[in-house]
Amino acid sequence: MGYLRKVLAIVWKDIVAELRTKEMFSAMFVFAVLVIVVFNFAFDLRVTGDRVREVAPGALWVAFTFAGILGLNRAFVAERDSGCLEGLLLAPVDHTAIYFGKMISTVLFMLVVEALMLPVFTAFFGVNLFDLGLVLIIVLGTLGFAGVGTILSAMTAQTRAREVLLPILLLPVAAPVLIAAVKATSGILDGQTMAEVALWWQLLLAFDVLFPAVAFMTFDFIVKE
Amino acid sequence: MKRQRDTLLIGMTALSAVMVLVALYLALVGAPEANLSSETGRYAQRIIYFHIATAWVGFLAFFVTFVGGVAYLRTQSRSWDIVALSSAEIGTVFMLGVLVSGSIWAKPAWGVWWVWDERLTISLVQFLIYVGYLMLRASVEDPSRRARFSAVYGIVAFISVPINFIAIRLWRTQHPLMFGSSGGGLSDDMMFAFFFCLATFTVWYATLMWHRIRLENFRDDVAQLKQKLLD
Amino acid sequence: MAVQQSPAIEVQKLTKAFGHQAALRGVDLQVGEGEFLALFGPNGAGKTTLIRIVASLTRPTGGTVRIRGEELGKAGTALRQQIGLISHNPLLYGDLTPDENLRFFARMYDLEDPAARIDAVLEQVGLLARRHDPVRTFSRGMLQRLTIARAILHDPAIMLLDEPYTGLDLQAADMLRAVLEELAASNRTVILTTHNLEQGLEMCDRAAILNRGKVAWQGARAGLDLQTMKEHYRNVTRPA
Repeated sequence: MGYLRKVLAIVWKDIVAELRTKEMFSAMFVFAVLVIVVFNFAFDLRVTGDRVREVAPGALWVAFTFAGILGLNRAFVAERDSGCLEGLLLAPVDHTAIYFGKMISTVLFMLVVEALMLPVFTAFFGVNLFDLGLVLIIVLGTLGFAGVGTILSAMTAQTRAREVLLPILLLPVAAPVLIAAVKATSGILDGQTMAEVALWWQLLLAFDVLFPAVAFMTFDFIVKE
Repeated sequence: MKRQRDTLLIGMTALSAVMVLVALYLALVGAPEANLSSETGRYAQRIIYFHIATAWVGFLAFFVTFVGGVAYLRTQSRSWDIVALSSAEIGTVFMLGVLVSGSIWAKPAWGVWWVWDERLTISLVQFLIYVGYLMLRASVEDPSRRARFSAVYGIVAFISVPINFIAIRLWRTQHPLMFGSSGGGLSDDMMFAFFFCLATFTVWYATLMWHRIRLENFRDDVAQLKQKLLD
Repeated sequence: MAVQQSPAIEVQKLTKAFGHQAALRGVDLQVGEGEFLALFGPNGAGKTTLIRIVASLTRPTGGTVRIRGEELGKAGTALRQQIGLISHNPLLYGDLTPDENLRFFARMYDLEDPAARIDAVLEQVGLLARRHDPVRTFSRGMLQRLTIARAILHDPAIMLLDEPYTGLDLQAADMLRAVLEELAASNRTVILTTHNLEQGLEMCDRAAILNRGKVAWQGARAGLDLQTMKEHYRNVTRPA
């Protein structure tokens, strides 16, 4: 199981590095909060009371999306800047291990930010978000987003346009994640059971499985000259 | 040999032009009128001949880009990269055509410039993916890396289209559309015009591809000559 | 003395083009087991490209590279275990300490007793005292010393060094020389690229000059002095 150990080594390294500086992490969190605040300004004038609950799922996922993009950018840009990607490429492990390592660490960072966002969100929007089904949706959505985002981030980090290009490439492709996550979240907030929103989280699951599979086949071409 | 190919290309270009003119006639004049109540509605319905044909080419072009990408990754041959690139450029234009023709239809038919129905939405998403493809290419200088990245993005994007379509379709059925979907039964004469347009646009696409690939090959030749002189 | 075994590194008809620019135009080179090859050449000759291809960081456009008889493209990941690289990039994580950096690489290379090995290399490069300070606070010389530690950590049989003396202070350069001497004395196969003819000739068994993507000259170290080497170099790199 050398492969798995090396994947986890990459995750460990990312966590240690981030704990030391905490800069990306705090940026993600502050940014997510800011998005919520802006949403409040944007919709507050016309949306009050019950209608806030209609907007809440969308606002939540937009906040997660933007924070996620920050996290994804960081995943590879830092490696690129110090030329560290080559150190990973030199290692005697299949390059897909880099993909999985990066994807897992991105998912972990996003989940922590999302977990911290939930109480903030509950406070700002007055909507109760502490629901097990919702947690599952958030996990599935984050996995899907990071799954395809890591492939794209590995590419865009090596281009001229860098951070700007990632959202342009990612958002259309990850639209199903957004659609399914928002729909499922709305359903659950409206009191539906997991069975009733099965359609949506099944779509998420399919997405979660599909793109790592694609990454497995194509990642080598992205990182190796 | 080259003479023959040039002649063939000219022939194809001429054929495309003729077919487009014929298709225009059929669509705007030749085909029988639709069984709709309003006059503008009847007239606007004619756009269906071009609208769907354009969408068909948009999708075909996307598929060709996908195939070109996969083939490039396997063979590392520049020719496949050129095919993928050319198809993406042409596809972008056709996709834009879908959106514009959809808009032109929507206004007289439903009174609004845009509706978030499933087909238009997926076309919009596909258009944005194409644009992303071109922007990705524009920001990578090394030709080999550019080809590799485009190929991978082409694959990722192509695979996301069916999922996108499913998601958008499911999304739409949750909010039933105020406006009914179009089309329905087409009469035999209409069918002829319809399929003729489909064929026309496909031929047109192939011609454009040929021209574009030829152009890119010339560019490569020039770059190579330049490099030889510098060495 | 000729034992019939595959050379450590065998490069055949290697070509590499970046777009329309040819970096390598057909390189044929052999480095025997335990041999120390010094590779010279002007800027743009293709030295770095060659090193990167042998290190499996870059894919060649044509030709083959064999490491101990196994082709690089096909054997893939396992061969990398035997290769160490020191290049322009330190390949170190600035936010981590030397200790953490080396522990990470120890895991990536599946080392058996990482703690002991890390202690050993840190001592060898003289960084034991600073092992818990973040790398981003290091000077260039210290950075290079840690780079060397990283490269020798997994005890590679083949060592590739791409202009390692660049930007080193005296202390670090001395330490590098000591490491190179040890590599030369042991049975490691080494390729060292450098601008500095004197430094390169010091320890090598064979020398070669790369010019405009091809091997323009190669020969044994024995009987070669600095003057002759300089002449060879000038002859070969004279503008056509």
